[in-house]
Amino acid sequence: MTHSADPPYDLVIGLEVHVQLLTESKMFCACSTKFGAPPNTQTCPVCIGMPGSLPVMNRKAFELALKAALALECEIPRMTKWDRKNYYYPDLPKGYQISQYDLPMSRHGGLVISDPKGRFETKRIGILRAHLEEDAGKSMHDEQAGKADSRIDLNRAGTPLLEIVTEPDLRSPAEAKAFLTELKLLLNYLGVSDCNMQEGSLRVDANVNLHVHTPQGPVPTPIVEVKNMNSFRAVERALAYEAQRQYEAWRETGRRLGDVPKQTRGWDESRQATFEQRSKEESSDYRYFPEPDLVPVTVTDEEVERVRASLGELPARLRARLEATYGITPYDSDVLVNQGRALVDYFVALADRCGDGKAAANWIQQDVLRTLNDRQIGIEHFPVSAEALADLIQKVRGGQLETSRGREVLAGMIETGKPADEIMAAMGIRPVDDADLRDLCRELLRANPKIVADLKGGRLKAVGGLVGQAKKRNPNVNPSRVQQLCLELIQEL
Amino acid sequence: MAISRAEVEKVSLLARLLLSEEELDKMTVQLGAILDYMDLLNEVDTNDIEPMAHPRDVTNVFRADECRPSLPREEALANAPHRDAECYLVPAVLGET
Ligand SMILES: [Zn+2]
Repeated sequence: MTHSADPPYDLVIGLEVHVQLLTESKMFCACSTKFGAPPNTQTCPVCIGMPGSLPVMNRKAFELALKAALALECEIPRMTKWDRKNYYYPDLPKGYQISQYDLPMSRHGGLVISDPKGRFETKRIGILRAHLEEDAGKSMHDEQAGKADSRIDLNRAGTPLLEIVTEPDLRSPAEAKAFLTELKLLLNYLGVSDCNMQEGSLRVDANVNLHVHTPQGPVPTPIVEVKNMNSFRAVERALAYEAQRQYEAWRETGRRLGDVPKQTRGWDESRQATFEQRSKEESSDYRYFPEPDLVPVTVTDEEVERVRASLGELPARLRARLEATYGITPYDSDVLVNQGRALVDYFVALADRCGDGKAAANWIQQDVLRTLNDRQIGIEHFPVSAEALADLIQKVRGGQLETSRGREVLAGMIETGKPADEIMAAMGIRPVDDADLRDLCRELLRANPKIVADLKGGRLKAVGGLVGQAKKRNPNVNPSRVQQLCLELIQEL
Repeated sequence: MAISRAEVEKVSLLARLLLSEEELDKMTVQLGAILDYMDLLNEVDTNDIEPMAHPRDVTNVFRADECRPSLPREEALANAPHRDAECYLVPAVLGET
């Protein structure tokens, strides 16, 4: 494989993302959507396609989709309808999927992505459309056992999905990953989807091709749809692999867009490569037609405004507010906001209480997040309240203890759930009264005329000797405060 | 003809219908007649008529997001031609997850 810093092509990527909406029940029937139930225990005549059964739309699913579409800055047509997408597959009991074809519930939106590390320019990725559809079931095949049959579990059939289709605006694997990360964050904040890839509640397919630079101008290569990417990392790697593969294929065959039908390739995580899959029927072969069992949905201006007003503070605006209000860097605000609303609330309480946003952000990123990661818990289960941590940070800022000692105290607070004062007492850390410290410094200055002479002569390093003696007399003294006081008092001598 | 024999072959494949040569001929004629009949509708002037998404003038039929008991698994699987204790069994599905 060849590698060069500046590849002779532009990579063009569009994503199709399916997210599962956070409803209790399925899209068109009252079966539960709970993940992990024993196979075929969450089905009914509607979702297994029994003749004569009729679907009825879940209001919550529509509202969640509307929330997501508005947060993605989409236009909301005042009327939307349902269509049947016809194809045969064993996990699709009705022989068609209820989806939306020519009148989707939203279109023409966008999502801004940026990179705090500056690997790409901040840009808005267009959203072509976002529409509702129902999920299919799950087929399982145990190739090892060499069994002849596949097993079908229809628990997932009929689960509400929002399919979000981007414009081909993404230009690198890093941008694609950033888009997915921002989309997931947004949908988490909205409570629209948990976007858990392990449980299949977020799935991504990518359409990829190259615009190869040639003396005759850019030449588009055939579009490939990449599937089976099971993590955002996998998306990044699959796209990087696919770009290189397509470039080599173009050099070998010279094939352009339109020379061959659209190909589907699956990402193989263990082999870190994409492989050709059997091609599905062309989209025109889905023979979409209007779903006669469901009536259209109309949306009023009032409804759109009511939902828009309920969106709350979304990640992009939240990051900007944290930076403006607390003076933290874009990198800090990104880390905090990416952890979710609960952690941001903790940060705000902490920063307000301790009066130092930067310190609050540092303590959270170093000590708090490490504990959350180690213990695999959320901030809700962090044993130290924002008030208790703010109290500790104020002690450190007030010079009662050094930062490194402060971190030891926090470790004790995390371990025991006790307040800073108690941990400090147990550790033998007693705050030293500033007046007492001043007396101690005076005493040391009197007892060390040589050091005083050095200091007066401008050799400020000599103060270290006084600090050392002070620590010997009282291990709880704050070295920087001792230094400060001694230099102050010398002016008075 | 409103529809060719090749198109009938294609849609029968998409519909997973295995039609004999005679049936294909017969379907080509019958589907053609239906499509010819549909052409009659094209003669109606619909310029001033708003398109409809559904024959009934009803919109926004929703249900609340509430769960109700699902079918017991035994009942759900009762009509399956092939099954094991938990699942429907179908000829091997390969290539996709
Ligand atoms: Zn059901």
